[in-house]
Amino acid sequence: MTAGIKKRIYFDHSATTRVLPEVEEAMLPFLTEKWGNPSSLHAFGREAKVAVENSRKHVAKLLNCDPTEIVFTSGGTESDNLAIKGVAMYKGKMKGHIITTKMEHHAVLETCEWLKRFGFDITSLPVSQEGLVDVGDVERAIRNDTILISVMMANNEIGTIQPYKEIGTIARDRNIPFHTDAVQAIGKIPLDVKADNIDLLSLSGHKFHGPKGIGALYVRKGSKIEPVIQGGGQERGLRSSTENVPGIVGIGKAAELAKRDLEPTSQRMKVLRDKMIKSVPEIVPRSYVNGHKTRRLVNNAHFRFDFIEGEGLILQLDFKGIAASTGSACSTGALEPSHVLLAMGLTHEQAHGSLRVTLGRENTEEEVDYLLEVLPGVVSKLREISPFNEKRPMSPGEGGSGVQ
Amino acid sequence: MYSEKVMEHFANPRNVGEIPDADGVGKVGNPQCGDVMWLYIKVKDNIITDVKFKTFGCGAAIATSSMITELAKGKTIEEAKRISRGDVADSLGGLPPVKMHCSNLASDALREAIKDYEAKKAAKT
Repeated sequence: MTAGIKKRIYFDHSATTRVLPEVEEAMLPFLTEKWGNPSSLHAFGREAKVAVENSRKHVAKLLNCDPTEIVFTSGGTESDNLAIKGVAMYKGKMKGHIITTKMEHHAVLETCEWLKRFGFDITSLPVSQEGLVDVGDVERAIRNDTILISVMMANNEIGTIQPYKEIGTIARDRNIPFHTDAVQAIGKIPLDVKADNIDLLSLSGHKFHGPKGIGALYVRKGSKIEPVIQGGGQERGLRSSTENVPGIVGIGKAAELAKRDLEPTSQRMKVLRDKMIKSVPEIVPRSYVNGHKTRRLVNNAHFRFDFIEGEGLILQLDFKGIAASTGSACSTGALEPSHVLLAMGLTHEQAHGSLRVTLGRENTEEEVDYLLEVLPGVVSKLREISPFNEKRPMSPGEGGSGVQ
Repeated sequence: MYSEKVMEHFANPRNVGEIPDADGVGKVGNPQCGDVMWLYIKVKDNIITDVKFKTFGCGAAIATSSMITELAKGKTIEEAKRISRGDVADSLGGLPPVKMHCSNLASDALREAIKDYEAKKAAKT
């Protein structure tokens, strides 16, 4: 493969993934002939209901829980909202203390921020330079009025895997519900909510080759939780609304495949990830690996490059047919770079120059080699445009008059 | 989403570089915010004869830098002073709203470069 051949390579699997053909095939009948409402008593309803319950079994198997502990939602964000608001507002108590971290997904961070407005107290724990939360910090943060601990299983940007098992043990010992956003972990980490003492776990279909618009929340039997959507009482009252049957069938199939293929796909992605993590700092001067060396998702490689800005990098790679992402402010429409990179202690300048490459089960070594082939050229092209270099390093205020 | 013109200027930026004996240099932005632009001008008989730039920043920052070099070249100092942020954005077929504020630094850099040129000229006389 040489530069110039317009082949599209997708390295942005933490953003979303392709619906696998088996998933599409499983879903299609539920968009065409089997379009009944699972709540209906007649044959149309029954065939939809059977499919929904079958799907629930597959998701439960993936997590090692009982099917009745699975609540289907519209996605990871809704699952996080339901877990946190649902526990916080249980029986209208409207007070208490929640422990979380500074590098959670916005669905958790913003939900906690919102609860603050109603009098809840939130502790957002710091993370290390590698993006790890300290288990001791979690333990020390626990108070008599702590009602929930919410720590993500694996980070969506830098792929760091948190010590969720240890946190689960601590939480269970103190009888505090433990929620974990496992959206990025599915299909990459073997899951066992029972062994790992997890009470609530969020997942999202489109992150593991299912469709968009469908997610699930594992709710451990006996959890004290309120619904956040009121209505017809579907999903054992925890999530009213007529079921998204094609979506549920899709996430069920995706869960089945994720479990079946976990070993070989993770192994393959890990080899490719390690090749990138080893090669990039060797072939691109002044480039660095972000995140943890070993405690990281098998599909996540995260870099930063001195003297250049990430959005330009993404656009240049896109010209070469490569889709990746960055934590630079400019890419998101926000004025601040990624809160995750800042929480790890990176400066704004460093965070602006970041590149996230997230692999999927379908990526090949040839594709990784192509990225490694074009990356040095793309970086030096942007460095030629940049006013900064070894002799003129970037530092705050270095730019000029400060006009913004 | 960027306009085609923005993408074209980003992909093939015009007048990248520095002018060692520049008559005026304008430096704006801040690396913390993700956008820094250094603009160099050569002036002869009150006319901007050459413009070069170096920019650290996103696609919009690089495209506006490239565009301003085209807009300013050949203009008198007075004409160049009148080039606004809006002119740069319009010439590029528009910019996403979020980029209008932080990345549209080019006209500021040009004005700073002219200010520098005028200060140097005043010091000489």
